[in-house]
Amino acid sequence: MKASRSLLGIEPLDRDSIVSLLNLARRMNPRKPRNLLRGKHIVLLFYEASTRTRVSFELAAHTLGATTHLVHATASSIEKGETLIDTGLTLRQIGADLIVIRHPSSGAPHLLARHLDIPIINAGDGMHEHPSQALLDAFSILRHRKTLKGLRVAVIGDIYHSRVARSDIHLLSKFGADITLCGPVDLVPDIAATLVPGLRLTRNLREAVTDRDVIMLLRVQKERFAGRAFSTDDYVAQFQVTPELLKLARRDALVMHPGPMIRGMELTDAVADGTQSMVLEQVANGVPVRMAILARALGAA
Amino acid sequence: MSSLLIKNGHVLDPASKHDAVADVLIRDGRVAQVGGAMKGADKMIDAKGLIVAPGLIDLHVHLREPGQTHKETIATGTAAAAAGGFTSVCCMPNTNPINDLPALTRWMQASERGAVVNVFPIAAATVGSAGEKLTDFGALRRAGAVAVTDDGKPILDQGLMDAALRAAKEAGLPVIQHAEDTKMTAAAMMNEGATAFRLGLRGMKPEAETNIVARDILLARDTGGHIHVAHLSTAGALDAVREGRRLGVRVTCEVTPHHLALIDEDVGEYRTNFKMNPPLRTATDREALLAGCADGTIDAIATDHAPHALHEKRQEFDKAPFGVTGLETALALTITLLHGRGKLPLARVIELLSTNPARIVKLEGRGTLAKGSFGDVVLFDPKRRWKYDAGKSRSKSHNSPFDGWPLTGKVVSTIVGGNVVYRES
Repeated sequence: MKASRSLLGIEPLDRDSIVSLLNLARRMNPRKPRNLLRGKHIVLLFYEASTRTRVSFELAAHTLGATTHLVHATASSIEKGETLIDTGLTLRQIGADLIVIRHPSSGAPHLLARHLDIPIINAGDGMHEHPSQALLDAFSILRHRKTLKGLRVAVIGDIYHSRVARSDIHLLSKFGADITLCGPVDLVPDIAATLVPGLRLTRNLREAVTDRDVIMLLRVQKERFAGRAFSTDDYVAQFQVTPELLKLARRDALVMHPGPMIRGMELTDAVADGTQSMVLEQVANGVPVRMAILARALGAA
Repeated sequence: MSSLLIKNGHVLDPASKHDAVADVLIRDGRVAQVGGAMKGADKMIDAKGLIVAPGLIDLHVHLREPGQTHKETIATGTAAAAAGGFTSVCCMPNTNPINDLPALTRWMQASERGAVVNVFPIAAATVGSAGEKLTDFGALRRAGAVAVTDDGKPILDQGLMDAALRAAKEAGLPVIQHAEDTKMTAAAMMNEGATAFRLGLRGMKPEAETNIVARDILLARDTGGHIHVAHLSTAGALDAVREGRRLGVRVTCEVTPHHLALIDEDVGEYRTNFKMNPPLRTATDREALLAGCADGTIDAIATDHAPHALHEKRQEFDKAPFGVTGLETALALTITLLHGRGKLPLARVIELLSTNPARIVKLEGRGTLAKGSFGDVVLFDPKRRWKYDAGKSRSKSHNSPFDGWPLTGKVVSTIVGGNVVYRES
């Protein structure tokens, strides 16, 4: 029962698959409904809260003619203790042609994919991966840059807890980007530099930002800290990106953030809302990218 | 008066220094004679081409009874043990209820449990294994306990561990420690390292094991007690044991076959049959453990056989319980890794799986085929190649990382007290 059309992460994808998905996304228009997925039923199985990813997938599905159904963990028999596999099998039996899953456990989509014969799309699993985010990030960058190869990227913030960071790093690395990681020791442990070959790691924000084309910022995920001490003041003092710091980067450097942003923490209002900020564009690009993901997974394009 | 004659086999018993083809006569459950001319017996087994060794002894097995019999029972667990060549198993107290009372220790050994091999309980070191109050070690020993432990959990409190070592010394028992500084490993699911980072899983630092082992060795030095390190998994802890031994401390240690065979990378795509505690470690740790088996620092191989039901392991990685089975693959893995690849003599395999375990928990007359010892024997073909099929396990649970593995070394027959309890089909 292998669903080979699943999207479980960026790491297993080859460059051709990624390029093909991005090309397909360019041919998708959220304002032009199509019937590519008419008659298909897509279930969103969300064990974690979400606004942008969920609505983005829903809009993408609807624009292609599919129906969507949201299963929220707390409002279902999942609360009664039903296993993930049983939940998946049940949804499939009801008529799901594809499941988009967001789950707090790393590897949850992989477990589902092992036992179901419909495509499973990972919308974020624990700290592991968020492939559709990385794809929309790449899509967004490529609207402003010719290529990812040799692109100088800084990834700054809570990388340890970030599935977005892992997916972004995998994707950018596959295309030969030059990536520097930056953050405090407990949020960017030394081992982070082993994720892909050629990563650099610095504790110095100025060094990380200097001469960079793209600056990717991450939220500090305090909800994953499990009681560990954390000083917001120290973090802001050492790792907050300000307009003054941005001046060290390339003149037209892109500032990116997967959201939600904590204004005043990882970045200031001026950076969040400045001319170099890609944040709103990223969100918008999420829809065509997810249209492509769904169409590809269901074999419709 | 029943007798069993094992003919033509190669007797390999480091304890009595036998290493040659010889017949073995067992009478009334005891080894009557090894080698020399023998008259007939009630039963005869032809062991031509096979090794005849003292039955294997597993210091670390979870039989799950009472209270968790959906995973395993004493009957099914010992059936798996027999298939693996084990004639004695020491079963852990983290049952439900915890084995912290003589009555339960006796209950586990009662014939009604249907054990097919010898069962020697290891009792809880603290009441309810809650880490607060020591149990009555003397009473537990009199009820048949061969050691005390809070396995599954560490005894973290230094004062309590000190008291445990003193009390255990009084009672003539070792304290077995599951060395894990749980303050450091909250929510951790595997070894900390590149694989854990890539998979987005929290990792257990090796220091969480090493720090406790080092501390316990110092306490053993101060108290004169015997500390036995359960399922040692890190190079650092091994170094601490080496150093402790050099200082004359009574420290012994065991490693599992899975820590000799696998590393953290083998978790692969969130395979829960590769999730256990202590977790699979790095290649460096594994190499150190293999070297420790060769140089004698490691005393014993013990499986930490930890059965879990299919639905329990078939969950998200962080939800699945820790533990893998191991009784039926231990001998073959040890032969394959240490003798086949590592070129250690087969005698060393027997020392690790029988001779030394008997010594560590003071099982008189076991771990040896000396005249007068118990008629606990394993017959195995050290060269036979076979493939392990976890689905055919005699254990109730099939959570093994070695399903489908090609192995060298097969148990042909297991004999307990002169009775055949397993014969390969």
